[in-house]
Amino acid sequence: MDDLRGIERAIEMQETKIAAKGVDVFYGDTHAIKDVNVEIAEKTVTAFIGPSGCGKSTFLRCLNRMNDTIDVARVSGSIMLDGEDIYDPKVDPVQLRAKVGMVFQKPNPFPKSIYDNIAYGPRIHGLASGKAELDEIVEKSLRRGAIWEEVKDRLDQPGTGLSGGQQQRLCIARAIATEPEVLLMDEPCSALDPIATAQVEELIDELRQNYSVVIVTHSMQQAARVSQKTAFFHLGDLVEFGETATIFTNPVDSRTESYITGRIG
Amino acid sequence: MAIWLLVLIVLAMGFAGFVLGRKRALNAVGGNIRNLHSLPSYYGQTVFIFAIVPAFLLMICWLILEPFYIESRVSGMIDPTEIADGSSTSLVMSDVRRISSGLDTAVDRGVLREGDLDGMRNDLDTLRARLGDVGVAVGSDIKQSVFLAAQEYRSIGATLRGVMSGVVLLLSIAAAAWAFLRLTPEFRARNVTEAAIKVLLILASSVAVMTTIGIVMSLIFETSNFFKMYPLSEFLFSTTWNPQFRGGSDLGILPLLWGTLYVSFVALLVAVPVGLFSAIYLAEYATKRVRTFAKPVIEILAGIPTIVYGLFALITVGPLLRDYFAQPLGLGASSSSVMTAGLVMGIMLIPFVSSLSDDIINAVPQSMRDGSYGLGATQSETVRQVIIPAALPGIIGAILLAASRAIGETMIVVLGAGAAAKLSLNPFEAMTTITVKIVSQLTGDTEFASPETLVAFALGLSLFVVTLGLNVLALWIVRRYREQYE
Repeated sequence: MDDLRGIERAIEMQETKIAAKGVDVFYGDTHAIKDVNVEIAEKTVTAFIGPSGCGKSTFLRCLNRMNDTIDVARVSGSIMLDGEDIYDPKVDPVQLRAKVGMVFQKPNPFPKSIYDNIAYGPRIHGLASGKAELDEIVEKSLRRGAIWEEVKDRLDQPGTGLSGGQQQRLCIARAIATEPEVLLMDEPCSALDPIATAQVEELIDELRQNYSVVIVTHSMQQAARVSQKTAFFHLGDLVEFGETATIFTNPVDSRTESYITGRIG
Repeated sequence: MAIWLLVLIVLAMGFAGFVLGRKRALNAVGGNIRNLHSLPSYYGQTVFIFAIVPAFLLMICWLILEPFYIESRVSGMIDPTEIADGSSTSLVMSDVRRISSGLDTAVDRGVLREGDLDGMRNDLDTLRARLGDVGVAVGSDIKQSVFLAAQEYRSIGATLRGVMSGVVLLLSIAAAAWAFLRLTPEFRARNVTEAAIKVLLILASSVAVMTTIGIVMSLIFETSNFFKMYPLSEFLFSTTWNPQFRGGSDLGILPLLWGTLYVSFVALLVAVPVGLFSAIYLAEYATKRVRTFAKPVIEILAGIPTIVYGLFALITVGPLLRDYFAQPLGLGASSSSVMTAGLVMGIMLIPFVSSLSDDIINAVPQSMRDGSYGLGATQSETVRQVIIPAALPGIIGAILLAASRAIGETMIVVLGAGAAAKLSLNPFEAMTTITVKIVSQLTGDTEFASPETLVAFALGLSLFVVTLGLNVLALWIVRRYREQYE
């Protein structure tokens, strides 16, 4: 109990990174997200849990405007990143996505070499002024992605040739390489075996030192293991949001309790 | 017995076998199909297959071999000294075949009676007139030996046909009965059907392979005839194309090959960028509404016959290029030019490139795009750096397919580029291609044994080699990039 309190105190000190107020999302006629209010703190892992189709991935995709790429999706409400509305017409979604990186459910390395996969973002955004600097970024990102030791001798080989767990860590390293401030992860471990999952979870815990991490997960154990804050979504509603320890030990809402004890979902 | 009747009977036996086999299987288990290895209809199918397949195979082989056998028997009856000058045994034998089939027709129609035929051997003029009545024209007078040979041909043919009918029916019954008697509840009838379907599929695919081999063999055969009359080195390295039907022609392939490659190059220069860009627009940028409208419209281009493109080249594009580009630039005064044909052919190829590339780009998984957008890439960065590399093998395949079409295209070149074989770099000059020359060497009143005609086959083979080379290149590129990307 002592260390839990320690984490709580640490969280209270963090500032709010993303503040979502009254967010509604429509897919055509479907009301996918209903009036969601969430504050995501800096240097914290926030987990979104809930049964399938509850809107947690949809909401995650609102945070870096990935829903823009879907024609029928419509978002209303305000989402502030460092006090700036990301849906403001002045905001360039492309720049925003460089700041708010994303890791997807299925590992999706590009059909390029490992090196080029990592260098993709830095090259696009002009983060490196020369080959040496780019090499440095690639190495740093791969180290932070906890995969450097495994791939350092074969950077020129295709990223698609790695195992599933390695591919996912490569994708995380790729997202880190553009130096985002927030990292969104959409069920990053659902396609991985338990060993790879453990490696990725360990990595997420390390990433907390530098980034805000938002992770969508189906596994409540995973949410409990890696996150400090948890949001429970159900049928498009944000049912409960609070400290992970509180949500899992002493939920306020009966639906949350039913879900975490396995009665619904 | 007529062939069609025999076929019908065998098929009828097959269906009877189906019903019986099904029934036997059902009876063997007292109607409880759970105790059968396969569904009852599979047992029926087994008997059906055994009833018809061996019988039909035998029939096909018999019908193929029968003429050879009869001919070897009959040709001995023709006295070699009776063969007229300028004729040959094979010509006389074709007379024999024609007369015998004419006699068959005449007997069928009641113009002649079977019994009268023997008496007619001394009255061959009347016979010729009678045959003329039923639509069989016989060139020269019918010699007695030819008539006798034709009669012999008929009688052997009739005997063999009768024997065949008997043997085929017997085989059908025997095979069906053999299969029928082996039907037990444990018999694996569905596996028999499975094997039969597999054989059918293999046969279907080997038709394509066999046809290709057949085409290549016939090309090679005629080409070797050509090279007996005309030196290979001249054909490959001579820079003049000047066929003379009096003989002494220059038949160098180089000007034609150059024309072909030049026109195709111009065509690809038009088709590849336009087609690829329109594919990218349709696949990545266009809204659904635009796409459902634009894609079919582009594909309409593919449905226009090439002769219509040729007309377009001849009356619109050619004069336009001549008046506004070639003449002001001092590059020539011909409306038929490489440029004309190349441009129009390029337009023709746009739908090939765009439609195939569009499908290939659409096949790139959405996760690739998500990954790139998620890193803050714009659409064009994503297309250039992720989608095109991922789709590259397919796109190259599409381009090479278009190139094969361009090399094989004839009508647009005839009408757009002219028929003059020339080696020139000026794209506003008239040139011609291999395909056009194949047509012009084979049409008209030509003797089939002169190098001027046979060169068409050598040209065809060269064309085949070029497109084969392109395909091999395409495969190589695709495999290379596959290794790198997947």
